[in-house]
Amino acid sequence: MIEIDALTKVYGDTTAVDAVSLTVDTATITAVVGTSGSGKTTLLRMINRLVEPTSGSVRINGEPAGEMAPHLLRRRIGYAIQGHGLFPHHSVARNIGAVPRLLGWSRSDIRARVDELLTLFDMEPASFRDRFPHELSGGQQQRVGVARALASRPDLMLMDEPFGALDPIIRARAQDDLRQIQRKLGSTIMLVTHDMEEAIRLGDKVAVMDDGRLLQYAPPAEIVADPATDFVADLIGDTERPMRFLSLVPVSEIVEDGPADGTAIDSGASLRDALSASLWTDREALPVTRDGTVVGRVTLEAIRARAARAS
Amino acid sequence: MRKGLILRGLLVALLVALVLRPELFTPLFAPFAPNGGPVIYQRTSLLSLSLSHLGLVAVASGLATVVAVSLAILVTRPAGAAFRPLSRTITNIGQTFPPVAVLALTVPVFGFGSGPTLVALFLYGLLPVFENAMTGFGTLPPRTMEAARGMGLTRWQQLWQVELPLAAPVILTGIRLSVVISLGTATIGSTVAAATLGEVIIAGLLTDNTAYVLQGGLIVGIFAVLLYDALVLVERALARRMGRVQQAA
Repeated sequence: MIEIDALTKVYGDTTAVDAVSLTVDTATITAVVGTSGSGKTTLLRMINRLVEPTSGSVRINGEPAGEMAPHLLRRRIGYAIQGHGLFPHHSVARNIGAVPRLLGWSRSDIRARVDELLTLFDMEPASFRDRFPHELSGGQQQRVGVARALASRPDLMLMDEPFGALDPIIRARAQDDLRQIQRKLGSTIMLVTHDMEEAIRLGDKVAVMDDGRLLQYAPPAEIVADPATDFVADLIGDTERPMRFLSLVPVSEIVEDGPADGTAIDSGASLRDALSASLWTDREALPVTRDGTVVGRVTLEAIRARAARAS
Repeated sequence: MRKGLILRGLLVALLVALVLRPELFTPLFAPFAPNGGPVIYQRTSLLSLSLSHLGLVAVASGLATVVAVSLAILVTRPAGAAFRPLSRTITNIGQTFPPVAVLALTVPVFGFGSGPTLVALFLYGLLPVFENAMTGFGTLPPRTMEAARGMGLTRWQQLWQVELPLAAPVILTGIRLSVVISLGTATIGSTVAAATLGEVIIAGLLTDNTAYVLQGGLIVGIFAVLLYDALVLVERALARRMGRVQQAA
């Protein structure tokens, strides 16, 4: 759990972060979204004290971060950044094992952990362990960057635009991977992004920042349905709102009994996917399956009703 | 690659022969010697002159490297930033001051022998290493440094594990320049009785014996070419390991 209390950073005449308070619950992802210059990165960097706050406090699992030696604090918190920041002169294994080595793990423990993480990220340990970062593709470098942040099993992770340098297809895959791994490990993550789509997709809660202030801090559905200010609404994009809302609701929520023809859709898929499929194949209803067996149908009318209720 | 290997082998063989068996080259140098005069320098063994020449260069460049890199580290830390202009000025003076003048000024202090030469070479070697070290520390990939801090490396660990290894290829370029300059400059040390290959050249100049001058010059020249080449190879290997092949080429 990260508790941020009235955290403020002032540079000369400008207030980069203005009395922001929020709590990131254990085992959730908080996505901080805002334009550049909104103070979101400064907020993140104050948590592991890469930037020293002007005032306010941060508590990590109840302990005040300000009272720990900065380098010891940072070793407890996973940190992943845009463009990965891998050590170009170290092999993949040494990059991933960097923090465990700082923490004094035994060589065999580090080795086992490196192999475990490479496997988790779909990279064959035997063939990737000894490669150097420049011998990897952009997507692989980014995965090694995230693996490095996870290496010491930190219960806390800070991520600054971790997927910013990736092309859209690899980014979507990396986001899914992160979500899955976070669920599996139960890590607490605070992630900074300029992309509302990414924030809605990944965040259990979304924090919208502008000009150093926290405008709204709520679950994505609430942000989309009820933006606190015009700026938040702008970030979501007016024309995109119904689609963003539908992308947050799983098909299982409005599944009903009844017949439907054609290709089925999984009950875990979003209403946005269902809408897209029914428009594309010109059907009023789609069969819905759970674990391969048909459990009912979802109708265009139900989707429309659900989207309308949000406004 | 193979051609380069053969060429290097030939150069090494030539050098070894020139140093250990100079009499083999009598026919070659004879036309340059004065009539009836000696062709091959035999007052001191060329091997011992070569070794002390290289030794002087090694000690001077080694000291210059340690001092210049330490200075560069110091002034690239936040606490030492104020000293940056001053340290630049000092190393620049070392370079602009002619080595001959340094010899003249230091002989009264150290007396004749290797001392003055060492000082001159040391001062002359500082600038290239310092400037390259500054470039090396100034062009570190910012994201890598951010990650190093963010994962909890102490300042020392950042310096030893990240900054120095990443700056090493650039620093090595500076060391290479410094070594090659010193190798040539060391010859003038023999004017104040330092035992270097310059002794052969100076003996040739004093007795109007071009054969001596050629011998001394040739040996120093081949040493310089081979050392330069060896250091380039080391730099390339380092740069390749770090995926900086494009920049190094």
